Amino acid sequence: MRIREPFKLVAVGMIGFWLTAFALLPNLLVVIASVLERGSDEFVAFALTLDSYRRLLDPLYLGVLLDSLWLAGVTTALCLLLGYPFAYLLTRMPARWRPALLLLVIIPFWTSSLVRTYAMVIILQTNGWLNQILLGLGLITEPLELLYTEPAVIAGMLYTLLPFMILPLYAVLEKLDRRLIEAARDLGAGRVTIFRRIILPLTLPGIIAGCMLTFLPGLGMFYVADLLGGARTLLVGNLIRDQFLSARDWPFGAAASTLLTGLMLLLLWAYYLSSRRASRGALP
Amino acid sequence: MNLRGAARIAYLILIYGFLYLPILVLIVYSFNDSKYSLEWQGMTWTWYQNLFDDPDLLQVALNSTLIATLSATVATGIGTLAAVALYRYEFFGKPLLQSLIFVLMMTPDIVMGIALLILFVSLSLPLGFWTLLLAHITFNIPFVVVTVLSRISGFDRHLIEAAKDLGATEFQTVRRIVLPLLMPAVAAGWLLSFTLSMDDVMVSFFVTGPTFEILPLKIYSMVRLGVTPEINALCTIMLGVTLLLILIAQLLLHERS
Repeated sequence: MRIREPFKLVAVGMIGFWLTAFALLPNLLVVIASVLERGSDEFVAFALTLDSYRRLLDPLYLGVLLDSLWLAGVTTALCLLLGYPFAYLLTRMPARWRPALLLLVIIPFWTSSLVRTYAMVIILQTNGWLNQILLGLGLITEPLELLYTEPAVIAGMLYTLLPFMILPLYAVLEKLDRRLIEAARDLGAGRVTIFRRIILPLTLPGIIAGCMLTFLPGLGMFYVADLLGGARTLLVGNLIRDQFLSARDWPFGAAASTLLTGLMLLLLWAYYLSSRRASRGALP
Repeated sequence: MNLRGAARIAYLILIYGFLYLPILVLIVYSFNDSKYSLEWQGMTWTWYQNLFDDPDLLQVALNSTLIATLSATVATGIGTLAAVALYRYEFFGKPLLQSLIFVLMMTPDIVMGIALLILFVSLSLPLGFWTLLLAHITFNIPFVVVTVLSRISGFDRHLIEAAKDLGATEFQTVRRIVLPLLMPAVAAGWLLSFTLSMDDVMVSFFVTGPTFEILPLKIYSMVRLGVTPEINALCTIMLGVTLLLILIAQLLLHERS
């Protein structure tokens, strides 16, 4: 190979610099800020303390944390429950329809989740569509107060995050080797056994990736909680936002954010382990 | 068997309905000739007209377009070169770089937003145009890398070797062979970056200042005050632009070479 490779140097140098300066360094600063004290003039005072993390355990904030984990958890579970059969059925569709059907999932994946959350507001508001339909069908006599409730927040998150679950699931399900399933069937395995012993382990990386892509944003999407959940602090995202915007308690906000980063790394690690296992299992 | 087939189709339609119905309602009501009523009162362009008569809003839309264009262009430059480097070379720190790109893509927006906010404040950069641009380039880069890399992996390595044998320098090889073959993916990466940048709320929320307003944040502050037909119209335009760009990007990515 050549000794001097200016092109390589420039290409690697630029991405290396950018990621160090705008991804690695900022996240390090967050961790540092999280163990500093709250400042009076500046945003932080340079004294080490774990106080911010201790305050996360304060019942007031712990409640928000648990609520948020619950909401994101329910949303993720619903996404998986609805998305898995959907992604599976997509892979069973005739090959010539599949690109178009897939595109119909990709489109909402890329469109603004704010706009889609707003669309959900239109559907759910008191004189909105859903109430009109339910009234029209005679199922209810009074319009329901759907907006500014927890189910509304879940519906909104489900709506904006479902494509993020479907796409990684589709990716693993499409690669699934059908011969393995046939072999298992020939060997006398039932449907449940086939799913549990073959399909599930092989699609686990996609499941974890999908859960990661729905669960983590589910903790953070403060505008969904604002628009559909009303004024209460529902999500960790709202908590973090308020620390930086109104409460001006940066170390505390940084601590909550570090918690999210830790959770992400944990999920990434699970993803890594499962995809290693799945690729080993797929070998003939 | 037929019954099962029908049930399958019904399920697919149900989920597609869930994904598209709210958007359709939004679009339909942006043309409804009534400010408050849900009932269809006839077709109107009034709400769109109102948007275009608002000089403030036009300025904000222009700001967003500017940021999206610049950030997509820079991110596409850096991201494409990075993808080529990741494909072509072994170098110190390569696994670290790959995992950083992956982690960056997975990072929740809010975490990235406050991390960049803390960085910019520590550097005493005033929040506004420049901080917004830097942030948008940052979240666009991984998407460009992934888009381009997925195309590169299907490459014929012999073409590159042939160019080398014929005496091409590294720069010539990349410029004459690699980049032309990559163009569709590069263009798709640019378009996807542009839409990401046009639509971003969360990162921008933290890193922009009062001096520089962009469309998604403007919409956010409007939406918090309630539903109006003007917002419906604005959101419909945003959807239309995004839809168009995604369609072009997908066509580019799936074009058979």
